[in-house]
Amino acid sequence: MGKKLLLKNDHIPDIHTFEVYRKNGGYTSVEKAMKTMTSEAIVEEVKKSGLRGRGGAGFPTGMKWSFLAKPPGVARYLVCNADESEPGTFKDRYLMERHPHLLIEGMITSSFALGANTSYIYIRGEYFYIARILEAAIDEAYANGWLGKNILGTDYSLDLYVHVGAGAYICGEETALLESLEGKRGNPRIKPPFPAIAGLYGCPTVVNNVETIMAVVPIVNDGGEEYAKIGIGKSTGTKLISASGHINKPGVYEIEMGLPVEEFLYSEEYCGGMKGGKKLKAVVAGGSSVPILPAELFLKTAAGEPRLMSYESLADGGFATGTMLGSGGFIVMDETTSIVKNLWNFTRFYHHESCGQCSPCREGTGWMEKILHKILDGHGTIKDVDLLWDIQSKIEGKTICPLGDAAAWPV
Amino acid sequence: MNNSKEIKFSEESLALVQRMIKRYPEGKQKSALIPVLHIAQAEFDGWLSSEVMDYVATLLNIQSVEAYEVASFYSMFNLKPVGKCVIEVCRTSSCWLLGAEDVIQHLEKKLNIKTGQTSSDGMFSLKSVECLGSCGTAPMMQVGADYYEKLTLEKVDGLLDRFRTDNKRKCYTDKAEASN
Ligand SMILES: Cc1cc2nc3c(=O)[nH]c(=O)nc-3n(C[C@H](O)[C@H](O)[C@H](O)COP(=O)(O)O)c2cc1C
Ligand code: SF4
Ligand code: FES
Repeated sequence: MGKKLLLKNDHIPDIHTFEVYRKNGGYTSVEKAMKTMTSEAIVEEVKKSGLRGRGGAGFPTGMKWSFLAKPPGVARYLVCNADESEPGTFKDRYLMERHPHLLIEGMITSSFALGANTSYIYIRGEYFYIARILEAAIDEAYANGWLGKNILGTDYSLDLYVHVGAGAYICGEETALLESLEGKRGNPRIKPPFPAIAGLYGCPTVVNNVETIMAVVPIVNDGGEEYAKIGIGKSTGTKLISASGHINKPGVYEIEMGLPVEEFLYSEEYCGGMKGGKKLKAVVAGGSSVPILPAELFLKTAAGEPRLMSYESLADGGFATGTMLGSGGFIVMDETTSIVKNLWNFTRFYHHESCGQCSPCREGTGWMEKILHKILDGHGTIKDVDLLWDIQSKIEGKTICPLGDAAAWPV
Repeated sequence: MNNSKEIKFSEESLALVQRMIKRYPEGKQKSALIPVLHIAQAEFDGWLSSEVMDYVATLLNIQSVEAYEVASFYSMFNLKPVGKCVIEVCRTSSCWLLGAEDVIQHLEKKLNIKTGQTSSDGMFSLKSVECLGSCGTAPMMQVGADYYEKLTLEKVDGLLDRFRTDNKRKCYTDKAEASN
């Protein structure tokens, strides 16, 4: 059995309540951080842990935190990205629904480290019922003195609020999320300036994924070095994987980074193999915005080594097979699946979700969708395939935010 | 209909709006726009007429056009009247792999409408939407606050009957049912 950090108490009934959570060691990272550590020391532990952002881009969290500007007299914000809309990804939902206090604890410890006195959890609107669970847990945390003024008798105060969105995939992109939190359309901003300098209301802001913020809890409790012992190379710690599609046991699993992909797919502890004993055709191993990996390239890397669940191993294989761990969405397709149709499904998704600011993204995704539809109807020609490639090359690298790239990649 | 009654929140909703506004720094009350539009949609028949949006804008002390811009950007806001139960079926990857198209076709036949339309009795609207984070329990649909997962066609039929019997408007802001 792999080590569990975020889901270690998953089996405990009522762990979503303050009382049970606290009895099982909850909120100790806040005590440790506020009573025995400076903010710099916490950032240092996060750096040592090697933790990388779990929202998709995999950027080192400690480094991100150290970039936060600290002009005197200016408010700083921590915003939790709970927009989770990447197709095939549902781990944040699972984590928040069952472990709301773990997120709140992570938010308090992280906000303290960053010197933020107001923090927000931006959650996608469709998760309204989870927003209620979080709000109930936040009320409990206030009632027990973990939020509000002078936490643990120190001079540190923190207010934490949930903010619901209203349905727009693009609001998962951090600058679109900030626009949306300011009450505007979710159009990504041109960077720089980065949020660390000018984010929410023009103030220095850190945006982190739900899972990233939760991981800060064991890092502070056990130390960054302990965390870094798990995993392989620059992929440290554990990762939550959302497994779905044609498998026997879809669900959310916490794995140690570096688990062989084959074991994840076929062992009883995880996906339990292919549904109905069918043959594997392809896997999307990091949410929809990464290239699809055909079966023959899936289990082994280009160099013939077993493929592992890590940022590096999944990226290996050059352009043709390179995929990414991304947000940890693992969608498995069996031999009955039409890859072209699947591609059309993803492309339609991106076309639908393009915010429309950049013409290559707005128009290109629409054209790609149309061409794929034509191919699906059996009227496709070689010219159409060339045209697809041409459009994809015209989108890639030419847009404000990575949605345009993501739409081009699967092609 | 929206315009036949006066547009004004209940006392309860007004208090909620005030609480929302307080979550953001002074002068940044525009941040409460999306949360308040949700409250408005729930209170005024499940959709946002221009009169309702004007009212929300006045409450938040912003221009009406700022409210229109936002309401039209986000897929959860309805800018036209909808049925009491808006059925939103996920059509994305994992749901698609596990039969979302059959669910949608079945619903279209049962309700005698196309996706995007509302049934003539005003009971149901059918929408297809993108991934709702329920891929491990696919296929799925959302109605109001509730997620209905691991759908089969029989399960869908049972739900339709229940919604008809309940005859209640379902909103995102409702309390979710215990288990689906
Ligand atoms: C189109 C697009 C969609 C995104 N969606 C999400 C999302 O749903 N959740 C998330 O945490 N990050 C998402 N991201 C990544 C965020 O921009 C950002 O990198 C992340 O929130 C940073 O947190 P992390 O460093 O903890 O991963 C998305 C990025 C792009 C370009
Ligand atoms: S790339 Fe697409 S989604 Fe991103 S900002 Fe441009 S138009 Fe919007
Ligand atoms: S693909 Fe349907 S909920 Fe994710």
